[in-house]
Amino acid sequence: MTNRGTSVRGAGFARKRAALTAGISIAALLLTGCVQSQREENTGAEGDAAVDSTFVFAASADPKSLDPAFANDGESFRVSRQIFEGLVGVEAGTADPAPLLAESWETAEDGLSTVFQLKEGVTFHDGTPFNAEAVCFNFDRWYNWTGIQQAETTSYYYGSLFRGFADSPEKAVYKSCEANGDNEVTVNLAKPFAGFIAALSLPAFGMQSPTALEEFSADEIGGTAEAPSLSEYALGHPVGTGPFKFDAWNVGQQLELSIYDDYWGDKGQITKTIFRIIDDPQARRQALEAGDIDGYDLVAPADTQSLKDAGYNITPRDPFTILYLGMNQAVPELKDPKVREAIAYAIDKDALVAQTLPEGTKVATQFIPEVVDGYNEDVTTYDYDPERAKELLAEAGYPDGFEVTFNYPTNVSRPYMPTPEQVFTNLQAQLDEVGITVKPAPAAWSPDYLNQVQGTPDHGLHLLGWTGDYNDTDNFIGVFFGQEKLEFGFDNPELFAALDEARGMSDRDKQTERYKEINEQIAEFNPAIPLAHPAPSLAFAPRVTSYPASPVNDEVFTDIELSE
Amino acid sequence: MLRVIGKRIALLIPTLFGLSILLFLWVRSLPGGPATALLGEKATPEAVARVNELYGFDRPLITQYLTYIGKLLQGDFGVSINTGRPVLEEFATRFPATLELTVIALIFAIGVGIPLGYLAARHYGRFLDHGSVVLSLIGITVPVFFLAFILKYLFAIQWSILPPDGRQSPRIDATHYTQFYVLDGLLTGEYDAAWDAFLHLILPGLALGTIPLAIIVRITRASVLEVQNADYVRTARAKGLLERTIRGSFILRNAMLPVVTTIGLQLGLLISGAVLTETVFAFNGIGRFLRDAIFGLDYPVLQGFIIFIAILYALINLIVDLSYSVIDPRVRVQ
Repeated sequence: MTNRGTSVRGAGFARKRAALTAGISIAALLLTGCVQSQREENTGAEGDAAVDSTFVFAASADPKSLDPAFANDGESFRVSRQIFEGLVGVEAGTADPAPLLAESWETAEDGLSTVFQLKEGVTFHDGTPFNAEAVCFNFDRWYNWTGIQQAETTSYYYGSLFRGFADSPEKAVYKSCEANGDNEVTVNLAKPFAGFIAALSLPAFGMQSPTALEEFSADEIGGTAEAPSLSEYALGHPVGTGPFKFDAWNVGQQLELSIYDDYWGDKGQITKTIFRIIDDPQARRQALEAGDIDGYDLVAPADTQSLKDAGYNITPRDPFTILYLGMNQAVPELKDPKVREAIAYAIDKDALVAQTLPEGTKVATQFIPEVVDGYNEDVTTYDYDPERAKELLAEAGYPDGFEVTFNYPTNVSRPYMPTPEQVFTNLQAQLDEVGITVKPAPAAWSPDYLNQVQGTPDHGLHLLGWTGDYNDTDNFIGVFFGQEKLEFGFDNPELFAALDEARGMSDRDKQTERYKEINEQIAEFNPAIPLAHPAPSLAFAPRVTSYPASPVNDEVFTDIELSE
Repeated sequence: MLRVIGKRIALLIPTLFGLSILLFLWVRSLPGGPATALLGEKATPEAVARVNELYGFDRPLITQYLTYIGKLLQGDFGVSINTGRPVLEEFATRFPATLELTVIALIFAIGVGIPLGYLAARHYGRFLDHGSVVLSLIGITVPVFFLAFILKYLFAIQWSILPPDGRQSPRIDATHYTQFYVLDGLLTGEYDAAWDAFLHLILPGLALGTIPLAIIVRITRASVLEVQNADYVRTARAKGLLERTIRGSFILRNAMLPVVTTIGLQLGLLISGAVLTETVFAFNGIGRFLRDAIFGLDYPVLQGFIIFIAILYALINLIVDLSYSVIDPRVRVQ
């Protein structure tokens, strides 16, 4: 009895032990030869073909939505630019508007109506023809949004640029759209909007297939109370006229597109595009080094040289950014114009750029990059002069300087501010030179830092910046200084009115002049100090010989050139 | 047995209810508020106010809680602020990834840990014993993320023998039904895809499995040492039983009780370890999703996640308890 029982149990154990041994052996096997050969086969196969037509780009996050009209983040737009095209595109390598689905347009004297001539023979990926009717369908869709569709979280760009919807026509910039035959369309505005054409180059205003929008209920969002939910369309059925059509989205892992065979334009070398989601910048670099991806955006400044040395292609983007030092006038010392001027003189921007910002960064004299309309060559500048700064401080009644809080974000990298901690340390030392002692106030980027600086009056000096959405002056200075804000804590009705007036001007030349004056006005008032226009860079595998880097991220992958 | 299980599950209900209240209050007391998380960098104060109104963040806490619990009871965990998708759906697509990773980590930890601990005890005081003690000490003290970095740097970057991130190579075409990638590959006959997915599990699996491995080695060693000197073992030897029988049926089996408890406890640790491991290897499981939810203050996800983990914990504990009775019939009587 005992014997039998024991032997059965013993056999069971022996079986388990055998299984265990086998398991360990397999594991050992994996870690050696097999793995090696698998990887080698892969690379070998790739080398044989003329060009590997699959392009893998690392994105730092999933797109928020595949419906660009309900998106406002860079990763959504990066994908949108492959799938959708707008009436207006962007001149390659610049921020200026250029014809795309509209071959030409003419705006009336009063700036209120624009007639677009549409490109012929264009179809959406689902076969729906692109024509005047489709254009009006899109405009009317945006205009007729209601409720949660109007929230800033959903239709940010339409809301902030066209200002009002069908249920509040008194605020709306858009009025109506008329199809004049198949290939001509008139868009009527209720108010002049000088940035209208430039704004249409934003992916948010890409043309979408009316058939697909209806079939997949693109406007059915916001069913739940806590957060807006995506529509079926935005989750997996985006249909545009662009060179790539949507294939699959494995959330958190990757998004796949393939070339649209009936695309009207030049299809280029790439037939399949994969956006791999890798949120950690270090991991993106490692994925490039491991050969898993072909390229990524926002390379850490510290990595550019070593990647270049290792044979990778680094492509700097023309700066379309601004980094500034904000001065909160709710702080008594900072309210004094002399103190603000002193701080401006105390900062050595050249040293700051050389020591903390990536290659290609330009020193800033005003709050818009050089290519933006209204850039003023002769604007008042405060060139580095610590002695003058000390004099001004003494005149303001602070001969021994003063102490002020300096807020800065930590563990964050923005296109206009790759390493905030370094910028802070550098400025701290410079301010110390002239007797201004700063009290460091580091905070996590979101929500702490942004909330502190933008949502409360409780901060002193701070670092912030901006990446332009498209070539529009108002998109920079209008955003910063167009109204009273807790961030800067001043009320300057004259400046607010000037910006408001400039935004509404229909004559582009007059508007440019007005913006030049405003830039001078800002420089004299000195509400913040423009520091630099940092240049973000992209990194690519050696086989990527050319990438169409654009200051406004308008990069369509058909323009990429591959060598193998 | 069924009654025991029923009772345990019934006990879970008040626990979860209490937990949901605590959770709700805790999440709401975090700084910043959901509106800021939702709107981000370009938000104006007016927009924040509008969002608060729109989503009811400005309503009294009790109203918010009742709405929340009401939906929860209907299986509606809300919609993720970060992704705009239902929270439950997000878990459903990501949990298999973490489970797959956890299973690999556990197989590694148990498969290496128990034999090593057993051998160490058998060779008590000798080189193998000292070696295993030192190794397990290192395993416990080295932080998971550091180990993950080192493994990734060496095997993926320096020597390129294993993939650096993700669950599958970007260029692999694979069909997914169950979201368990290895299984999917085997089911659909896409063996390349299954193999590729398996390779992606090795490094994160090793990193994640190291701490449980170290603990299992120590517990097994201690437990075997204790049992092998027990009276009944001496009696068995005196009766002349085969050494193999004594070791297998007497020592190992009896030494397993505390080891099983430990493995159960390790499962909890594995989830927290997964946050770090999945982040380093850009592995798309619930660990990385939880991290995003924390950084993005994704309230619905955080609330849903903790409830989900609580249920998971309760189930694991139940399984551990049940497995006792399989190993040691006396537990069943109690």
